[in-house]
Amino acid sequence: MTEEILKVEHLNKFYGDWQALHDISFNLKKGEVLAILGPSGSGKSTLLRTLNGLENYKNGEIVFHGKKVQPSPKEWQAIRQKIGMVFQSYDLFPNLTVMQNILLAPTKVQKRDRAEVEQEAHHLLKRVNMDQYADTYPRELSGGQQQRVAIVRTLAMKPEVILLDEITASLDPEMVRGIEDIVKKLSENDHMTMILVTHQMNFAKRVADQVLFLEKGRIIEKTPCEQFFTEPQSERAQQFLTDMDF
Amino acid sequence: MAHSGINVLFSGSNFDRLLVGLWTSIWIAALSIIIGLLIGTIFGVLRTMPNKIIRCILRVYMEIFRILPSVVLLYLVYYILPRSLHINWPGTWMAVLAFSLWVAAEFSDIVRGALQSVPLAQKESGLALGLSKMQLFLYVLLPQAFKLELPATINLATRVIKTTSILMLISVMDVINVGQQIIEANNQKFPTGVFWVYGLIFFFYFILDYPLSVWAKSLMAKQK
Ligand SMILES: Nc1ncnc2c1ncn2[C@@H]1O[C@H](COP(=O)(O)OP(=O)(O)OP(=O)(O)O)[C@@H](O)[C@H]1O
Ligand SMILES: [Mg+2]
Repeated sequence: MTEEILKVEHLNKFYGDWQALHDISFNLKKGEVLAILGPSGSGKSTLLRTLNGLENYKNGEIVFHGKKVQPSPKEWQAIRQKIGMVFQSYDLFPNLTVMQNILLAPTKVQKRDRAEVEQEAHHLLKRVNMDQYADTYPRELSGGQQQRVAIVRTLAMKPEVILLDEITASLDPEMVRGIEDIVKKLSENDHMTMILVTHQMNFAKRVADQVLFLEKGRIIEKTPCEQFFTEPQSERAQQFLTDMDF
Repeated sequence: MAHSGINVLFSGSNFDRLLVGLWTSIWIAALSIIIGLLIGTIFGVLRTMPNKIIRCILRVYMEIFRILPSVVLLYLVYYILPRSLHINWPGTWMAVLAFSLWVAAEFSDIVRGALQSVPLAQKESGLALGLSKMQLFLYVLLPQAFKLELPATINLATRVIKTTSILMLISVMDVINVGQQIIEANNQKFPTGVFWVYGLIFFFYFILDYPLSVWAKSLMAKQK
């Protein structure tokens, strides 16, 4: 049996009086890739952000490695070192070079040896063909290049789970494939556990093991990936796939 | 030529005295700016925090010190401290205190504004990496804010340097005060000395402030 790494139970999230997430429950096994799909505004980003404490929630539980997360800033700060996140807009720090961006958290937060992390960083940068840009500032890089660095920056923390929120959505089409390949390899070669939100059905189909289909803040179905794209259980998912021309 | 006004600058130790006066103005300005920037940074950071009471107090502080004319502030410190609190510091220290409080007030608002214009996404991507609040400010938000606020900070520095010209009001031996004494002492011998002394003082201030002002302008042009 594979180890369960993350479990969400009966999670409810409000923005003011308005409920954004309704009774969300699911779990994630080690090495699993979960795609969260659903129409715009269905709460995909909200759910992802809740999973590393960027959004608070009213009730319900998030269980990480069998331990209930106490939703305090301190606890979240510790857990974020294990649950990394990559955003649509990359958000590299413009005041730091590529290498400095990568080194910041491992050296300051995890207090790891600088030389050792730097060596790892070069190794990771090589994997995404970005090593020659180690001393470059983010503004000199294309979107796709920045996103590669953002992925490396998260990997350098040695996270156990990575959350990916539409990481290809603001890239030029010719950049998208490269980023998708990186994610695919992370899953295949490193067995990295990931949750990804995307509007690119092909991307989800290529890398995901399971699909969580959301609508209006509710889980409509959770289905193995292959099955989701061939015979989704719900009519809504069916309609969604038709709308996405899939 | 002995009575040409320019010689007032070089008779006796006048020139050296003016330089010493200038140095007094410079170190008071420099120290006030350094202390003010440090305190202003802390206040500016606090003003972006959720705590309403702290924010409100600092806001009031900022408004008061910003509205108060520097002369009034200087007098207040000069007279209140010794009389009410029995603190008897030399005038130069009083001046540093008054100017630091003023710089801190102005700078806190500059820092707050700059911090608020750093995109929220920067904060979130820092938090997502596990940075603490403190680390986030130190390594991500403040460095970006400082870059945004540099022109305004340089402008503030030029204003502080200019404002040192009121130091003689609390009897500090600054360059103006020294100049005034030289003019009075040499009134008979060099009737036109006043032009030369003030001309030189003008030149001193120009040399100090003009490069700063050019620097600020070129930075602003670049940011556009
Ligand atoms: N900070 C916020 N305050 C109030 N409402 C919010 C906030 N953030 C998101 N929402 C609302 O919550 C709902 C879900 O938003 P969310 O961003 O999670 O959707 P999404 O599924 O990621 O959409 P998209 O595919 O467009 O990214 C939306 O109706 C949105 O308007
Ligand atoms: Mg979203």
